Amino acid sequence: MGLDSALTIAQPELLLAAAALGLLVVGAYSGRLAMTLVSWGAMLALGAAAVLAANGPLGQAFKGAFVSDGASVFAKVIIYAASGVAIFLGERWLVRAGNAKFEYPVLVLLAALGMGMMVSAGDLISLYIGIELQSLALYVLCAFQRDDARASEAGLKYFVLGALSSGLLLYGASLIYGFAGSTRFADIAGAVHGPASMGIVFGLVFLICGLAFKVSAAPFHMWTPDVYEGAPTPVTALLSAAPKVAAMVLFARVLAQAFPHDVPQWSQVVTAIALISVTVGALGGLVQKNLKRLLAYSSIANIGYALLGLASGSEAGLQAMLMFMVLYVIDVTGFFACLLALSRGGKPMETLPSLAGLVRLRPGLAIAITILSLSVLGLPPLSGFWAKFYVFKAAVSTPGMEPAAVYGLVMSVAAAFYYLRIIKTMWFDAPEGETDAPPLDARLVALGCAAFSFPLVIPALAVLDPLALAAAKAFGLA
Amino acid sequence: MDLQAIAFYTLAAIMLAAAGLVVTARNPVHSVLFLILAFFSGAGLFVLLGAEFLAMLLIVVYVGAVAVLFLFVVMMLDVDFVSLRSGFAQYMPVGLVVSGLLLVEMVMVSGAVASSGAAAKVKAAAVTGRSNIEEIGRVLYTDYVYFFQAAGLVLLVAMIGAIVLTLRHKPGVRRQNIADQTARTRKSGLSIVKVATGEGISE
Amino acid sequence: MNAFLLQYLPILVFLAVAVVLGALFIVGAWALAPKHPDPEKISAYECGFNAFEDARMKFDVRFYLVAILFIIFDLEVAFLFPWAVSLMKLPHATGLFAFWSMLGFLGVLTVGFIYEWKKGALEWE
Repeated sequence: MGLDSALTIAQPELLLAAAALGLLVVGAYSGRLAMTLVSWGAMLALGAAAVLAANGPLGQAFKGAFVSDGASVFAKVIIYAASGVAIFLGERWLVRAGNAKFEYPVLVLLAALGMGMMVSAGDLISLYIGIELQSLALYVLCAFQRDDARASEAGLKYFVLGALSSGLLLYGASLIYGFAGSTRFADIAGAVHGPASMGIVFGLVFLICGLAFKVSAAPFHMWTPDVYEGAPTPVTALLSAAPKVAAMVLFARVLAQAFPHDVPQWSQVVTAIALISVTVGALGGLVQKNLKRLLAYSSIANIGYALLGLASGSEAGLQAMLMFMVLYVIDVTGFFACLLALSRGGKPMETLPSLAGLVRLRPGLAIAITILSLSVLGLPPLSGFWAKFYVFKAAVSTPGMEPAAVYGLVMSVAAAFYYLRIIKTMWFDAPEGETDAPPLDARLVALGCAAFSFPLVIPALAVLDPLALAAAKAFGLA
Repeated sequence: MDLQAIAFYTLAAIMLAAAGLVVTARNPVHSVLFLILAFFSGAGLFVLLGAEFLAMLLIVVYVGAVAVLFLFVVMMLDVDFVSLRSGFAQYMPVGLVVSGLLLVEMVMVSGAVASSGAAAKVKAAAVTGRSNIEEIGRVLYTDYVYFFQAAGLVLLVAMIGAIVLTLRHKPGVRRQNIADQTARTRKSGLSIVKVATGEGISE
Repeated sequence: MNAFLLQYLPILVFLAVAVVLGALFIVGAWALAPKHPDPEKISAYECGFNAFEDARMKFDVRFYLVAILFIIFDLEVAFLFPWAVSLMKLPHATGLFAFWSMLGFLGVLTVGFIYEWKKGALEWE
């Protein structure tokens, strides 16, 4: 094994690991300055890792356990950027909350490292270790405000259910290993020809269940609203963005590369999960008053659309899934940045009625939320429309998927109701009272994401489309 | 039936019984003790498979450390376990359905194993005459170096997490600081006060 | 039964003897000892008073922190065992690689150790 070539291929991850270790020591020794120093160091490292990933060599390392290809590079750039934004949003937020511990950026860095390992996994063991590294760091981040009972509850709930899902995943992985005789995706694909045996099918189902849990797709979504509501808002912003991309790419990779001969089998299961998610997300969101819970249901529904792209089992479907995830991540980060920017009397405004008349108090943020809502709702020509456009185009062009696509479209109309209710509350209801001055960092991110949703998305599409296509080709499905 | 089969069935039966008792025992401390019994029987089963390193690891790590941690946690939580069980009957049907499904799946999978053999397509590992622990050592640090280092990072996250979530410093605790003590000089430790007669000293 | 398992036969015999002996004592005590229970005899005794509170007391969370830090280093040691057994038996170049790979692993955990020392997690107020 050429160690040198392995190290160059895994360069971004090595950099992140070294940065996490270094910053941990720096933070422990630098007293009061620790939070600022470590945060900016971590952002710098994430930026450098994204650049390295984009320009680094492609190939396989560690006997196929670590894969660097178009898809992993595409995902890593988004993941590292989204994690960097989460540190940027979290640093000031934690200082304001009086809990400025430098472990926050270090844990985000380690979570990002885990996500990078997930999207590069070429083996069931690296899949599992990547997921665990990512999840373990996220469990701690959810409970980061440890004196807040709701945050502790969120962390505990996420941990217990996450451990359960890891158990399912491992059980599935062990069945697959037992029946295919290898943990490498390529070897599994080689061993599983023709009709899959009973053991492989059950293993695959368990694996899909475990992964569906990680992307919070229904019927494995129970943890999402509670964790989103309880976790500190910058952590929720991270949770809803980067880990979802990582888990979706991993989902696509394990299905496309380890089971390329069983597309009809897994496509069926993924379609079912996608349609249940779309339904649960659309209907569950209708009764929510808390905005973080509402966004949780919105993310369940949106994961359903992304899974619909994956369920198409074609190159176009995977491209649609990747496009959807990028555009969705930007929208949802913007949404949470808006929530971070809004507070009244020192308390965050997290309920729907508290947004009443926002357009008269904070016109800039109100317009940002309006644009983002319309985008997630799927109004052309905002970014959310293009995301759904790709998915439905891929689904409609796959034989047998047309009814699923139509159903998804109907549910997206149902879900439109709760986004429109946000807009109506902001524009037509009477305000409750003055809001606090929004912090600059959150406002900056919010306005930036809204500006991307419209109009920047139009030129960006021209760049993203070929990149996502190249990434989708890397999965090797026709 | 030879001794090996007798040992297997005895250990497996003890393990299943202990696992059942972990769930049903009224006292959580008893649950943990039954868990330890299940771990021990599991270690015995590993030995029967020839995986002695895993067996010893199960005893050193799970019995020696994890079970003790469980005991700490059970004793740390001052919860009324009777009231926690009140929802048990309510969720019982769902639990039974899920475990019933799992049981059916296990039976079907074992049927598949019995009919075709699990890894029928795989060559059995060559018999080398080396011990289990040495075989692991030969690949873990070289072929599987990536997983090995990643495992180190997972342990690091666990360490940071435990400290972030549980470490609290009580204010006003005085610690012995040996450096300060030895660095004390006459100048810093002694002051001469001239006291006027009949007035005493006030701080 | 192969030679490998025969090595473990003494342990099996030991376990059997331990189980039989333990059971014997319990059954013996139950069968032979005189028993005349009455309510005063079997109630909890606290210097002549009725028991004030539950005997179980909350443990301090610091025990937990120490226990979990112990587990982490316990696992680290578990990784050292196969390394120690096989290192010198590997071919030179591979052995060297295995050596540095273990040092990398220990380095990661040493950074963690520096961090926890500096944070005062090892102090017991």
